[in-house]
Amino acid sequence: MSSGPPRTPGGLRHLWAVYRGEFQTSVAVQLQYRGAQVIWLLGTVLGPLVYLAVWSAVAAASGGEVDGFSRASFAAYYIVLMLVNQVTFSWTMYEFDSRIREGAFSPLLLRPVHPIHADLADNLANKALTMLVLLPTAGVLALVFHPVLHPRPWAILALIPALGLAFAVRFTLEWTLALAAFWTTRTSALNQAYEAVLLFLSGQIAPLALLPGPFRAVADALPFRWMVAFPVQLLTGQPSPGAVAAGLAAQAAWLAAVLLLHRGLWRAATRRYAAVGG
Amino acid sequence: MARPPRLPASRAPAPAPAGPAVRARGLGKTYSVPEREPGLRAALRSLWRRRVREVSAVDGISFEIAPGEVVGFLGPNGAGKTTTLKMLAGLLHPSAGQAEVLGWTPALRQPEFLQRITLVTGQRSQLNWDIPAADSFELHRAVYRIPPAEFRRTVAELDAMLDLGPLLSRPVRNLSLGERMKCEVAVSLLHRPQVLFLDEPTIGLDVVAQRRIRAFLADYNRRTGATVLLTSHYMADVEALCRRVIVIHQGRLLFDGQLEALVSRFRPYRTIVVRPSDPAADLRGYGEVVASEDGEVTLRVPRATAAAVTGRILADVAVLDLTVQDPPIEDVVEHVFTAPSLAEGPP
Repeated sequence: MSSGPPRTPGGLRHLWAVYRGEFQTSVAVQLQYRGAQVIWLLGTVLGPLVYLAVWSAVAAASGGEVDGFSRASFAAYYIVLMLVNQVTFSWTMYEFDSRIREGAFSPLLLRPVHPIHADLADNLANKALTMLVLLPTAGVLALVFHPVLHPRPWAILALIPALGLAFAVRFTLEWTLALAAFWTTRTSALNQAYEAVLLFLSGQIAPLALLPGPFRAVADALPFRWMVAFPVQLLTGQPSPGAVAAGLAAQAAWLAAVLLLHRGLWRAATRRYAAVGG
Repeated sequence: MARPPRLPASRAPAPAPAGPAVRARGLGKTYSVPEREPGLRAALRSLWRRRVREVSAVDGISFEIAPGEVVGFLGPNGAGKTTTLKMLAGLLHPSAGQAEVLGWTPALRQPEFLQRITLVTGQRSQLNWDIPAADSFELHRAVYRIPPAEFRRTVAELDAMLDLGPLLSRPVRNLSLGERMKCEVAVSLLHRPQVLFLDEPTIGLDVVAQRRIRAFLADYNRRTGATVLLTSHYMADVEALCRRVIVIHQGRLLFDGQLEALVSRFRPYRTIVVRPSDPAADLRGYGEVVASEDGEVTLRVPRATAAAVTGRILADVAVLDLTVQDPPIEDVVEHVFTAPSLAEGPP
């Protein structure tokens, strides 16, 4: 046994191997907590269903439509939203606090790979597993609620990059905001505020088209709509090719912005790191 | 298989081969700790006026460790040992001074540096508790880019030395503390680090497990020439592994030198245990009698005169049995920490 072979980390092949390893680990861990997964999934399905029920009732009470949204288009909106939200959500913000407080971040910081990769792989594994259940569920919901959607071909083409960018923006932003845990050990208030804003401005409580003018302007100026509402609108709305291209460009711009924010904050956070205890 | 470094040369300096493996120069760490009086009024007052106290955990310590050396890092709880190890491993940024490990600045946490070191602590786990250790080993292999053949060989060696066998296939949370620590030490060494920072690697383990890990670490050091800096509350760890010790207290360096020198400096006496054939024999003239029971008398004499006193006792008194002992190392260390004023003066 000799020590210290000069292996230089880095490179795409290395990252690929790390992702494969993390992905396998994550699947193994998540399969151990099947019960918890089922409860999480129930929440994932029930949330949009509640909004769907409310908006259906509102539509029925206002003569079948709200600003052009019929019951069938609400059904389409919320079933698609359920899937899009599952693709783009992450739980990092809720883990960071205890991670820092209990010093569980130290082993991650000692590895010659940025800790964000482990979380990313973990989230991707979760999506792969949950989609196996969620896609059939969406099918059942479609049979029950009769959604109507007529997506344009260019919008369907744009869906994959739009979902990828939406997840990338949301994941990077949330991972970066979670770094607040380096400064304060009580981040749950921050998380709740973020959650409330996200719920409202990403189109989860209501389609953004139904928001009052000023709120829509705020939603347009912030990244949240690009993390959920935009991919949903690709399928449920009738965007022009120009609007689709502009949307993808806006997502890419936001991704660049949050990556930049991440770079700066990460550097400051690791300087700041003072593992509690131990 | 080595790839060319991806970082520009200026950011990835080649480690200096001839220099020390570890170098601390005036290394210091200050924490800002919020504090307030107990009680509701103080709690309310702290709402708008937060009082922060600067606590110095490590206060300008300097030392060097040569490649291949095994050094014991001693100090009571809160002395700054763990903070120092964390600064050397790159987890904490020093508030003052410089750290250098294998020619790298730890706080920059360059992958090439992290690839060459490990930090083992009894409290934090590198292993995922929900899956068997073997799976964590595989992940470690990917993260540290260990070639498959080398990985298999290393695992086989670690298995042989630590007797991991069936432990590897059980979920980590179902292992006992000792079993887990063995896996923890093993996973930390899979990438064959050149510098090992070990923070209480045997804490909470039974004597057998402690001995096993100790023997393993000695063997690893001998085989690989790795540099080891080790803290432990078990002096047996330190005696078995380290010829040199660094003692810190309240963030300051108290002693840096050979273990024997620590003993002779802080406990400059030896203990002579005599069993005279006449139980009533008076031995008070030979040294300070610290105990006398069951016909056995324990004398404390200055280290320098121990040999002469032993000779005199053997010449003057009819003796059934006589042994000369060094004070137990625990006793020495306790003495160092409780009487820090003794530590002043050149090391």
